[in-house]
Amino acid sequence: MNQSVDALRARFGEAIQDHHVSCGDTYVYVDADKVYEILNWLKEEPGQEYDYLVDVTAVEYRDPEPPLEVVYELFSHPRKVPLRLKAKLEKEGDLEIDSVVSIWHGADWLEREVFDMFGIKFRNHPDLRRILMWETYDEGYPLRKDFPLRGRFSRSEQVRRVLKGNPETNYSVEEISIAKDNTSIPDDMRQRLLRGESGNIPDSASEADRV
Amino acid sequence: MGLDNMDSGSSDIVSSVSPNWLTTKLDFLVNWGRSNSLWPMPFGTACCAIEFMATAASRYDIARFGMERMSFSPRQADVLLCAGRLPYKLAPVIRRIYDQMPQPKWVISMGACASSGGIFDTYSMVQGIDTIVPVDVYVPGCPPRPEGLLYGILMLHKKIRGETLADASLRDEKELDDSGLIMPASLMDELAEPFGNSIHQTRSE
Ligand code: SF4
Repeated sequence: MNQSVDALRARFGEAIQDHHVSCGDTYVYVDADKVYEILNWLKEEPGQEYDYLVDVTAVEYRDPEPPLEVVYELFSHPRKVPLRLKAKLEKEGDLEIDSVVSIWHGADWLEREVFDMFGIKFRNHPDLRRILMWETYDEGYPLRKDFPLRGRFSRSEQVRRVLKGNPETNYSVEEISIAKDNTSIPDDMRQRLLRGESGNIPDSASEADRV
Repeated sequence: MGLDNMDSGSSDIVSSVSPNWLTTKLDFLVNWGRSNSLWPMPFGTACCAIEFMATAASRYDIARFGMERMSFSPRQADVLLCAGRLPYKLAPVIRRIYDQMPQPKWVISMGACASSGGIFDTYSMVQGIDTIVPVDVYVPGCPPRPEGLLYGILMLHKKIRGETLADASLRDEKELDDSGLIMPASLMDELAEPFGNSIHQTRSE
């Protein structure tokens, strides 16, 4: 068993719910409210030094009862030890958890992916948008168990919606901020950037906008 | 297998516009030129693209069939070659690329995924690129071997040689209609209907 478990219990007490060892991996279940505090401590505390966030992901189980779990895979380069943390989120609840981007920058896209696939919101995330699916996707969160394999709309409706989409209008906050100063980019693109456009071509304009 | 026993299908098209000696000779010349200098716009999205690269490389060498260079700008391309699966996120992109290609243009759908969605009968995958752009030749396989792709390219050559300048319908781009699709919605749903094991996966509407 990973010695960090005892240290975590000594430091955080009740916030550490449970732990077990499976196939040599140590799993620690922690309170979802305390995730930021605990992960920050695990990274900064001498003797822990989990400096590398390998992955952030989530799990939903087949049976309806178990809650969703957000999973954090940590690794300590100085000590060469892995650790796996899990936080449970009740399905009926808000599905919100603190973002750890301010601890590890690498969590940015990982958390966006979890948001995209499971609909879990990360509080204080700098730019929480869909990352795999396009931003105007509105059929739900594909990796949730209540999501039908083929999506919610009929195939023709899905095709109709994507063809209405404008592939050139999905911009990040940074890209939008570029538009203010950069005069060398084409004007129509500048206008779209300034509007922060991330959407479908409106029905009436769809003909005019085609090349 | 040879190309000889393939029916060119040209006879009925040509006869419908009463050809004469001059137009058929002109057609022959134009089609000869077009079919032997097809520049592909490679739209490689997945594993099939690897096989396409093998086809383009020295052993199989599609330059032998007039595909002298890849045309990475759609504006200088003749054939849109979709090699690989097409997610919905890319659907407006392939449509835009197709729209940007000048006529005459053709489309080859390479592999099971591009032709039908393949094994990916899921929420994110276009069930056949023919629901987005009109397709001339489908190459089956997962992935097709280079020989398979070459056979498809030769079929396209054969198809082009059967064309006639008099038939404007050959240059139909199937633009999006009022419904925002290139075909009736009911037809598209029918074409994308699941088959095989996947019929047990139902859609919750
Ligand atoms: S047909 Fe097979 S090889 Fe080609 S893209 Fe699909 S899965 Fe990959």
